[in-house]
Amino acid sequence: MLSQILYALPFLAEGFAVTLWVSLLVVVLSLVAGVLLGVGLVYGPAPLRWAVRIFSDTIRGIPILVLMFFVYYGLPAVGVHLQSFWAAVLALTLFKTAQVVEYLRGAIASIPKGQSEAAMAIGLTFRQRLTSVIFPQAFRRFLPPWINGVTDAVKGSALVSLLGITDLMQAINQIIGRTYEAMPLYILGALIYFAVNYALSYASRRLERRFAFIRD
Amino acid sequence: MGYTLNFNLIWRHFDKLWGGLLLSLELAVISIAIGIVIGLVLAVWYVSAGRVVRAIIAAYVEFIRNVPLILLVYLVFYGLPTVVDLAYSAPTSFVLTLSVYSGAYLVEVFRSGLEAVPRGQLDAGKAIGLTPWQRLIHVRLPTMLRITLPALSNTFISLFKDTSIASVISVPELTYGAQWINFNTFRIVEVYLVTTAMYLATGYTLLFALRLVERRFRAAR
Repeated sequence: MLSQILYALPFLAEGFAVTLWVSLLVVVLSLVAGVLLGVGLVYGPAPLRWAVRIFSDTIRGIPILVLMFFVYYGLPAVGVHLQSFWAAVLALTLFKTAQVVEYLRGAIASIPKGQSEAAMAIGLTFRQRLTSVIFPQAFRRFLPPWINGVTDAVKGSALVSLLGITDLMQAINQIIGRTYEAMPLYILGALIYFAVNYALSYASRRLERRFAFIRD
Repeated sequence: MGYTLNFNLIWRHFDKLWGGLLLSLELAVISIAIGIVIGLVLAVWYVSAGRVVRAIIAAYVEFIRNVPLILLVYLVFYGLPTVVDLAYSAPTSFVLTLSVYSGAYLVEVFRSGLEAVPRGQLDAGKAIGLTPWQRLIHVRLPTMLRITLPALSNTFISLFKDTSIASVISVPELTYGAQWINFNTFRIVEVYLVTTAMYLATGYTLLFALRLVERRFRAAR
């Protein structure tokens, strides 16, 4: 049993690399898209606000799995052809973007109105108000929930295995298909996911404490 | 792009989706009920226990929360029967998994709620001569429930959405029904539009109902 698992280790490592790559892509892309849409939701014109609100409430209201199948099977049907890897990344990114939008909205809403009014009173332009008054303060409120959500991205990435992408989850299933050592391999896989996510949440708690002391 | 929407085939197979939705709800309700029992017992135990018990409960919570649900579902359905002499159907296996999974999330919710119960309330309970058991039933749990209701609602809805993972072990719930129609009729866009609408309608109905409950209890304060 042990020799079979040792034999499979390089294959597991490849899958693990894919898991990390998918997670990283999703986290970075959703951060960019989520911040842009979040700012649109708070400061944009009414049609944009409505669009972002509907996007976010719809995406957060359905299971990631349904969103993933919708994107994966639906896009080719309407003539958009993406590799399965990018379809999976797109679906997970859409889901995470909706979360980031909400974190950002919450963070901006938590900044007292007086801050913005004071900035206006001393004659700062809209852009200056955002970059020198609102964002620096909102950032500290945004960070803790966002970092907590990074582990969700790693866990969510396991769903890409259902689209035939050989991530850690799929690598484990494939090795079980050859060796029939189901239990040891699932436990090994669980421990790997656990190690990554526990390290991430540990780091996030450290970071949170670092930013807590400058809290007003 | 030449794709014409045609919902006829979806309506013809609508029983797959409707039956699936009912099964999703059933899976969610049973698992959440078991999860609430696990969560309450462990949370109450945790706040009064010594270090060893605390460490064990914390290990359970941290382990479950840091592993993908899909892996746990596979582990229980394909892995566990190879080492223990048990036979169970896919729906039972999923309920077992989601119960243990929701238990871990609910321990956290209840634990933080218990710790947020104001000290003065417990002292007041002691002052009027309530036994520890009476303090728990009449003071700590009701106050804790009121504090945790908003977080509980969110957890319930997220667990309802998690039932879609049951489709990976062929439990014929809503997502499985959607895939069946997808593969058998190729009305891909239509079936996922209808499925999305069904998840949204159910989820937001649940949310609305839970908000009503929250408001009722807040008024009773």
